[in-house]
Amino acid sequence: MGDFDFSVITSNLPFLWQGLQLSLWLTFLSIIGGIVLGTLLALARLSGIAPLAFVAATYVNLIRSVPLILVIFWFFFLVPLAIGRPIGSFYSALIAFVLFEAAYYSEIMRAGIQSVKRGQVHAGQSTGLNYWQIQRYVVLPQAFRNMIPILVTQGIILFQDTSLVFVVSLRDFMTASSIVARTEGRLVEMYLFAAIVYFVICFSGSMLVRSLKSRMST
Amino acid sequence: MNYNWNWAVLFEEQYLSWLISGFGWTISVALSAWCIAIVIGALVGVGKTVPNRVIRAICATYVEIFRNVPLLVQMFIWYFAVPEILPDDWGRWMKRDMPNPEFVTAVVALGLYTASRIAEQVRAGIETVPPGLTAAATAHGMNVSQTYRYVLLPISFRMIVPPLTSEFLTVFKNSSLALTIGLLELTAQSQQIAEYTFQGFEAFTAATVIYVCIALVATVLMQVLEKYTRIPGYVGKEG
Repeated sequence: MGDFDFSVITSNLPFLWQGLQLSLWLTFLSIIGGIVLGTLLALARLSGIAPLAFVAATYVNLIRSVPLILVIFWFFFLVPLAIGRPIGSFYSALIAFVLFEAAYYSEIMRAGIQSVKRGQVHAGQSTGLNYWQIQRYVVLPQAFRNMIPILVTQGIILFQDTSLVFVVSLRDFMTASSIVARTEGRLVEMYLFAAIVYFVICFSGSMLVRSLKSRMST
Repeated sequence: MNYNWNWAVLFEEQYLSWLISGFGWTISVALSAWCIAIVIGALVGVGKTVPNRVIRAICATYVEIFRNVPLLVQMFIWYFAVPEILPDDWGRWMKRDMPNPEFVTAVVALGLYTASRIAEQVRAGIETVPPGLTAAATAHGMNVSQTYRYVLLPISFRMIVPPLTSEFLTVFKNSSLALTIGLLELTAQSQQIAEYTFQGFEAFTAATVIYVCIALVATVLMQVLEKYTRIPGYVGKEG
């Protein structure tokens, strides 16, 4: 059993690095898209306009009760059908992740917006700001600040989630590791290596969250 | 967008039974994994709060490892790597003689992963018990294990029921990852129906509706449990 060969990692490093870049890029774009869409959903739920709040709440609860893999399958099927031509698996995956993660980000942002004291809104109103100005200049900046640790935590979860593009063979770090594992017949080495890489990135991320939290509480 | 609707396909003999069997596997994987997760999660969560530094470090390491590696990677390691790393006889048994290898692997992987998340909830629950209660227990002459047995655990286990609801919903969703090691659970079956019939819309809608129903039932069950376990007059903050 002692015959493990870890040189398979170094000889395939450029290929794996390409995969990791795709994972990180997909994570980055999905975080941006997810936060923007999630904030809009949160504002819709808190807008006080009943139909708008209902639609947003239904969307969030629907997405939150289905698995990400199913959502990925949905969009790989729907997006080409809706657009009329294939747009490549990266963009299908990106759309799926943005729409999926937005539901989770919207819950975070909703809690963030509710954590801003009502007096802030009243102060904004009394200085003559309109609804959008209050959100833009008073509420959202504070909501973001309060929620930064949780937003980063969700970002780490999102990064782990991107490994699921494996199910549609998009060549991220996970898929790349799996391809090397199979073609070289080195399953143990490659999957342990993948675990270590994910661990180092995610653990550094959670250390960052910890230091952000302690800095904010002082 | 031209698409031939055919909802009847879902009720054709073969495909309907695929959906039912997929539903069955999803439920079995999720509930079995949940049992493992509750037991190990409770142990590890308690372990993170005990005075003994070694136990605390071991439990903290467990949580960090299982939380910071994607579940998919963990699934693959249990399925592909563990039989190779174990001593020859065990590995051969896992590969050849273990009954239902995909199911067992999925349950173990999902269970140990979920345990790390439950452990954090348990730890948070124990830490929200006011320190005065521990001090009072000590003043009564209780030792550490008595303090846990009679004071900390009864209170904290009842306080963490609400946050556990979302973990309980998550375990059903995460059971879909079992398809990556070849278990034909609900998501896999709907994908397979989509491939066989080209009726993706109907197949994925069926799976979505079933998942939503599972989530609704699970939420109601947890709310009932919450009602029974709520501590009267105790307004605890969520972990």
